[in-house]
Amino acid sequence: MDAIKIEGLTKRYGDLIAVDGLSLCIKEGELFALLGVNGAGKTTTIKMLSCLTAPSEGDAYLHGNSICKDTAAVKTLIAVSPQETAVARGLSVRENLQLMCGIYGFENDKKVAKIKELTALLDLKEVIEKKAGKLSGGYQRRLSIAMALISEPKILFLDEPTLGLDVLARSDLWDIIRSLKGKVTIVLTTHYMEEAEALSDRIAIMKDGKLLICDTAANIKAVAGTDNFEQAFVQIVKGAGK
Amino acid sequence: MRMLTFANRNAKEIIRDPINVFFGLGFPLVLILLLSAIQANIPVDLFEIAHLSPGVAVFGLSFMTLFSATLIARDRSSSLLQRLYTTPLTPLDFILGYTLPIIPFAVAQSICCYLVAIILGLDVTVNILFAILFIIPISILFIALGLLFGSILSDKQVGGICGALLTNLSAWLSGVWFDLELVGGVFRKIAYALPFVHAVELERAVIRGSYADIFPHLWWVLGYAAVALLAAVLFFLRQMKRQ
Repeated sequence: MDAIKIEGLTKRYGDLIAVDGLSLCIKEGELFALLGVNGAGKTTTIKMLSCLTAPSEGDAYLHGNSICKDTAAVKTLIAVSPQETAVARGLSVRENLQLMCGIYGFENDKKVAKIKELTALLDLKEVIEKKAGKLSGGYQRRLSIAMALISEPKILFLDEPTLGLDVLARSDLWDIIRSLKGKVTIVLTTHYMEEAEALSDRIAIMKDGKLLICDTAANIKAVAGTDNFEQAFVQIVKGAGK
Repeated sequence: MRMLTFANRNAKEIIRDPINVFFGLGFPLVLILLLSAIQANIPVDLFEIAHLSPGVAVFGLSFMTLFSATLIARDRSSSLLQRLYTTPLTPLDFILGYTLPIIPFAVAQSICCYLVAIILGLDVTVNILFAILFIIPISILFIALGLLFGSILSDKQVGGICGALLTNLSAWLSGVWFDLELVGGVFRKIAYALPFVHAVELERAVIRGSYADIFPHLWWVLGYAAVALLAAVLFFLRQMKRQ
């Protein structure tokens, strides 16, 4: 079953076309990567799919709900971990999680259980009483993902989740994202080739708002005629410019 | 419930910032003590405690603008608001969640001002209680300005516009630090076309117990508060849609 069905999604800002007639389907439980250089339209696509910005044309259906007409229903299905860490810096890790529980109207028992579950899953126990603003970049990203998972979303959008992290923090976060695979549909944007290749079931490569290719990493390499995913990406993106 | 959760978070963010506590509570008290000390040595009618304390209570509210604007601008720049826009929180939840937690802070600030004023010789009357109550509509004006600036400016710009420009404007054009009649002319006309001096005159009338004199100042304050709140809501919704 398709978790997301995108039909001709377009976003214009004046003369600039940020996303140009994007159409694709993402299966339930799939980990799907949107890959592209800066300005490719990845974040704008996520913003449209998460009802943060309205499309200029086209529509997308999340578990059958239109992002244009059924925004309230869509919001109950999704969660977003934005590009910036998006945490309340003056609150502790526990208070940040409590904030999200309160916003989703959880009863106290569920709140306690959920916080326990997510602190274990994202390995936040040792920093649970620390203020979010004092955490390292890696821990802030983990908290950001934990906050997104509070609502038990069916679809999770991770916008550049490892941007600016060191190698070890990135590796830890990859393990966490892998552990979510199959439990929730994940749409991840990144401009790290190895991240997309290592984590994703399928990858969509975008350039200038257009979808260039959408397939598994292996098939994308085969199409480009190379064993190296980065080379395949460069060939496809440069080829589209000619 | 959702709104209260969000409001509770905003209250914590404000209270936990020591700079907010200093400027919100400490700075107005320092001003009252300093100007009362000057008054003790060189008596000036303007700095008599019954005249000074309502002015400082109103001037202190300009920091509420700074607090609310900074909080919103930071939430925008950190993308926390972007995250929250994808939750079931409604636009009304956001507006109330940012506005309500600052009102008790404004009331606490005015209570501190009047307590210090009592220590310095302000007569203890029921008028002080009413003066604290009249702080609420005035504080809504200042909070709405914060919501407005926080919706259109970056967190760095907020520091300059609200922290420097607005506090100075509300100081110069409020008649707290000097008598506007002494300057007169266009300056006085501009001051009386803005809400700050009316807010101060309103508080002074209440402290004096001259309740007939709260008009037309109350209408000026309520009118500006309504316009500022409406503009704040519109600009907040605009930036929400522009995500």
